[in-house]
Amino acid sequence: MASSSTSKPSLLDAAHAVTELLQQLINGLALGAIYALIALGYTMVYGVLRFINFAHSDIFMIGAFSGYYLARYFPSASILAGIVVLLGAMAICALLGVIIEKLAYRPLRGRSTLTVLITAIGVSLFLQNVGQRIFGANPKSFPALFPLRYYQFESGLVVSSAQITVFVVTILLLFVLQYIVLRTRIGTAMRALSFNPTAASLVGVNNDRVISFTFALGSALAAAGGILYASNYPSIDPLMGTIPGVKAFVAAVLGGIGNIAGAAFGGVVLGLVETAVVALGGSTYRDAVAFGVLILILLFRPTGLLGKRNAEKV
Amino acid sequence: MLSRSQLALLGALAVIGVIGFFSASYNPYFLDIAVSCGINITLAVSLNLINGYTGQFSLGHAGFMAIGAYSAAMLTATYGVVLLPALAGQEWLLFALALTAGGIAAALAGLIVGVPSLRLKGDYLAIVTLGFGEIIRVVLQNIDAVGGARGLIGIPSYTNFFWTFGLAAIAVYVVWTMVNSTYGRGFIAVADDEIAAEAMGINTTRYKITAFLVGAFFAGLAGGMYAHFRNFIVPSGFGFDRSIEIVVMVILGGMGNTGGVIIAAILLTVLGEWLRQFGDFRMILYSLLIIVLMILRPQGLFTWSLPRRRSA
Amino acid sequence: MRATFKRTYSRAIINKITDFPMSHIRFKVLAALCIGAALLTACGQKSGDTAASGDTIKIGEFASLTGKEAAFGQSSHKGTVLAIEELNATGGILGKKIDFIFEDNRSTPGESATIAKKLITRDKVVAILGEVASGRSLEAAPIAQSNKIPMISPSSTNPKVTETGDYIFRVCFIDPFQGKLLAEFAKRTLKAQKVAIFSDVAAPYSIGLAQFFRDTFSATGQIVSEQKYTGGDKDFKAQLTVIKNTKPDAIFVPGYYTDAGLIVAQARQLGINVPLFGGDGWEAPELLQIAGKALEGTYYSTHFSAESTEPGATKFVAAYQAKYGEKPDAMAALGYDSAMVLADAIKRAGSTEGPKLREALAATKDFPGATGATTLDARRDATKPAVIITVKDGKFEYVETIAP
Repeated sequence: MASSSTSKPSLLDAAHAVTELLQQLINGLALGAIYALIALGYTMVYGVLRFINFAHSDIFMIGAFSGYYLARYFPSASILAGIVVLLGAMAICALLGVIIEKLAYRPLRGRSTLTVLITAIGVSLFLQNVGQRIFGANPKSFPALFPLRYYQFESGLVVSSAQITVFVVTILLLFVLQYIVLRTRIGTAMRALSFNPTAASLVGVNNDRVISFTFALGSALAAAGGILYASNYPSIDPLMGTIPGVKAFVAAVLGGIGNIAGAAFGGVVLGLVETAVVALGGSTYRDAVAFGVLILILLFRPTGLLGKRNAEKV
Repeated sequence: MLSRSQLALLGALAVIGVIGFFSASYNPYFLDIAVSCGINITLAVSLNLINGYTGQFSLGHAGFMAIGAYSAAMLTATYGVVLLPALAGQEWLLFALALTAGGIAAALAGLIVGVPSLRLKGDYLAIVTLGFGEIIRVVLQNIDAVGGARGLIGIPSYTNFFWTFGLAAIAVYVVWTMVNSTYGRGFIAVADDEIAAEAMGINTTRYKITAFLVGAFFAGLAGGMYAHFRNFIVPSGFGFDRSIEIVVMVILGGMGNTGGVIIAAILLTVLGEWLRQFGDFRMILYSLLIIVLMILRPQGLFTWSLPRRRSA
Repeated sequence: MRATFKRTYSRAIINKITDFPMSHIRFKVLAALCIGAALLTACGQKSGDTAASGDTIKIGEFASLTGKEAAFGQSSHKGTVLAIEELNATGGILGKKIDFIFEDNRSTPGESATIAKKLITRDKVVAILGEVASGRSLEAAPIAQSNKIPMISPSSTNPKVTETGDYIFRVCFIDPFQGKLLAEFAKRTLKAQKVAIFSDVAAPYSIGLAQFFRDTFSATGQIVSEQKYTGGDKDFKAQLTVIKNTKPDAIFVPGYYTDAGLIVAQARQLGINVPLFGGDGWEAPELLQIAGKALEGTYYSTHFSAESTEPGATKFVAAYQAKYGEKPDAMAALGYDSAMVLADAIKRAGSTEGPKLREALAATKDFPGATGATTLDARRDATKPAVIITVKDGKFEYVETIAP
């Protein structure tokens, strides 16, 4: 269905094929980097609390809208203003994350994760519907926060500065998060809490504080994701979080949920698989194949690509 | 000699029959809500067998519903002309046949989804069932014979109060007797502690597969009922959000508490309509109520005993 | 009276269930919640009673006010509300004010039939307006038909909607008409021999338009590639890269502006410089904001343009901007027209009885509305000329008018 070129293969065609392959590789990596960026936030919260924060994708949306409104007070397309807006949105969402955790999740501490999951679904519905009331249902065009450039190569390959930014930021965050979790005091506390909450509090970890911090961090990541996503695809609406949210969730599980490097890796794998499906002519089945690959991988590696195999103790 | 639960089933069917007999005199709007309640009860009770009693977290119930809905609708809408004369023109017979076929098709899908549950746990199983549900939806979207994304029109209007609640009563009866039998204690054992259950000589594989098989079967029947109620189905109606709605009913009612789940299914269905009077704030209130109810009654609205301990 | 009864009743239930350990505060909150709910029910029922008086004409609407398609549902709804307000400001219809009752279906399948039953049997409306999406119109249409209550869809383009029965009407194009005219436009004006189609696999509108375009165009031209996306996707580069390599003369994007804006922008980023074109789903002021400069050299067909100089359109655009402070899109214009066509029919029928109203609606001819002169044909579909719009120097510009 995809390409119905009937001409005989020639050297020129081969060159075109290589160009298309490279372009699709770039497309896939850029898409994967975005999934990875959102998946990092999912994984942070999951890693500590062992529960899927369904509202993450809506905090992502709030992040994009915060950027949209903050950007009005700053000159457009300047790197400095862009960073200020980004940090502002991250701060707003961090605060929002902490409030949500206090009001909706904390009263359920110690209950089964499914109970918290339903509350998270409620929070997600709440944010979506409040968003539709406040921001309106029509999509809004996201302003150019950062200067946008396209790098066109002679062969026809195109890379945009926004794609490169996402890639760089994702890798940067990956290392920052690894550093926080593995090298800092609060990171040690997070790992202790994740391992055993009761034991952690016995050895002097302030569980409430650590969980608040985790939510602040996760929500700030969501905001960063939202703003970079909106910079790449400059059309935002109150339901914009749903699809990337599900995809990032898949990416996080694919990589082994709770594992920071796994989330990034899972995102890139998912982006590449989706792009490959389209490139091979299966655009109608893109989402189905993406899920199919996920299921196959999980059948052979039940805890994801980089997930630890936990031996069950009796 | 009939057992007590069998008597209860017959009694319920009789009451439903009497209420259904007079259904023409009820307001169509309220009747509509009642039928929606009945379908949701079947869905929630069947999901409760998988999620609640057996502890296998499934997020793909709408997928089973879709398979049942499309199979049943194909039989009546497309092949009805051929099949009806063969069944002596008896529409109820055709409907029963279509529903059963839909149920069996969904049960087969349940079998396929149940197999991964043997290797996967918790969130990993949840995402795999979610994936299966989405795959079913995408595939349906691409089949032109069932209308693709534009949906299947012209499904005859067979569903009524009696059929819906009759099915709900049977679903409740089957799940209830299964779980409360000696054999059925195995489901709860699997949910409580799989390793301990295995050590006690319980065939956990068989229980998990059975739960998926039976749960999917009834979801398929409910799907067929839904198709002949709305007379029009689209793949997007069986997406991830529909599955979530059913999961909310189960958890709000109390995992593994059939009575609570029934009440929650009714409550949430009626709540959605009742909140209409608040106009623009309807969905905001709906989501707030879910959060508040969950915080106030984390063990489920209608579970009065201490929550069962479960290994995460 | 009723409230006090309910209060004692809920108290009784609570007292009965409190023989298990439950913290005191929680009990109080739960009790307050139950009582609040009981009181609210009583209030809600009271307000329902007062609306039963007979000096108003009740018109119902079901719309996607929240959820996936809320962008279109809200626009259409705003147009309808504007029309009702204008009618009421000028004394209503037949000397009676309009009582406008609308309900939200969350853009989900399954709710519209319930709403239609509520509007008809509880609120006793004389006619129903709705819906943007064909799928939801198809759910409600059989209910309206069997109750002999006329239903007018503002923008459901699937031919099947009005085939439901003789009480179902629409004020928009149908897919076959627009698909055919776009195919002819591509051939004649764009001089395209090879066209790629990029459609939304999850949107009935997009699939319908693509199908009828393909049917007409493939008779003389070549469809070199057919790619799909799912509405709400943001990244289209993979499909566009495939399309680019098939070297089409033009790319047909039958979809909504929410996706089309990003598609056009990403196509230009990938160095695709051939024209892209679409249908009335593109018509929205937001399109320019989302895609900006990338839109130069793209085309779409529509029945309405906010830039139009037709008297009906300019009057509507001015009123809409005064009320909402934004420019209307095509959905808003159709929402407006659906209410105006209905009001016109009620006036001509001199009655709100279903059968008489139906006759009057069926006789609608050259009704001057926001989207031009609307005539309802024998299949109860609107026939009206289409306009081709292009973008030049950052502005929408008129190209040509194509008669039905």
